[in-house]
Amino acid sequence: MEIAISVITGFMIIGALYAIHARDLLSAVIACGIVGYSLVICFLLLKAPDLAIVQIVIETITLIIMVAVVLDSTREEKYQKFDRQGYFTAILSILIIVVLFYFMMNSVSSLDPFGEGKLRMAQSYVEGATEKTGSANLVTGVVFDFRGYDTLGEATVLVTAVLGVLTIMRIKGKK
Amino acid sequence: MTTIVKQTTKLIAGMIFMYGIYVIVHGHLTPGGGFAGGVIMAGSFILLILAYGSDFLKLLKEESGTTMYENLAMIVVLFLAVSGLLIGTHVFFLNWIPKGTVGHLVSAGILPLYNIFVGIEVAASIVTIFLALIIFKEEVSK
Repeated sequence: MEIAISVITGFMIIGALYAIHARDLLSAVIACGIVGYSLVICFLLLKAPDLAIVQIVIETITLIIMVAVVLDSTREEKYQKFDRQGYFTAILSILIIVVLFYFMMNSVSSLDPFGEGKLRMAQSYVEGATEKTGSANLVTGVVFDFRGYDTLGEATVLVTAVLGVLTIMRIKGKK
Repeated sequence: MTTIVKQTTKLIAGMIFMYGIYVIVHGHLTPGGGFAGGVIMAGSFILLILAYGSDFLKLLKEESGTTMYENLAMIVVLFLAVSGLLIGTHVFFLNWIPKGTVGHLVSAGILPLYNIFVGIEVAASIVTIFLALIIFKEEVSK
């Protein structure tokens, strides 16, 4: 399973790189779709159907909206010349990548093997959730009962995002 | 769009809407829940708008409606969370309704109510974003 996930992650990286460098914006949007749908397959391989359903539906709706937006634009990306500031930015980003990679390798070496780590908290959630919440789907029990604050925050973020879109996307002011 | 697309949409949109309601209502039994079902419900509306064009639903009126539903559902979720403070052991997000048998449709206490109202909120939010983009385009082209 680790090999399959590695291959799919490779596809996701290729899709993301193509999305940055594509000249036509429509193909860039569709390359972003590769990333999303590969993530769905990863979730299914890791036995997380709840996340997979949410991801596949959100990905489809986002893709439709983005295609509708791109088809109304000029569909071409503006290119800038690579000057001295560009070299400086490139060197700086490579430096940051090296530093981050070093610290990531340090932290990964102290982790448990993939899929075998057992947190004390997660253990008690898995064992007692069905009796404590009465919900057959364990994810819903955790999301709306044990971690209710998190879900309230997510829903509030969505409402705030909609208010932001309504405020920005308006040429004439609303009385 | 052509007649074929319009007729197919007319047949399918209702079924997609019903499937969204199914995913929301069975959120505490099978995979899925408020977020996934809400987006599926929003998808049926987006399909209708894409097939029939932006004149179909008298969009300006619809947008104020969806904004109202979204905010009302959010307030109901907050009230449900606060209602735990008034009853029993006085804890925020307390599951105070009797839990029933595990696996039945009416069970798990207050969780299905959270699922339903979060589902309404998510569906209304995504339709509102889509309508805002369409109205922006109409205003620009005028």
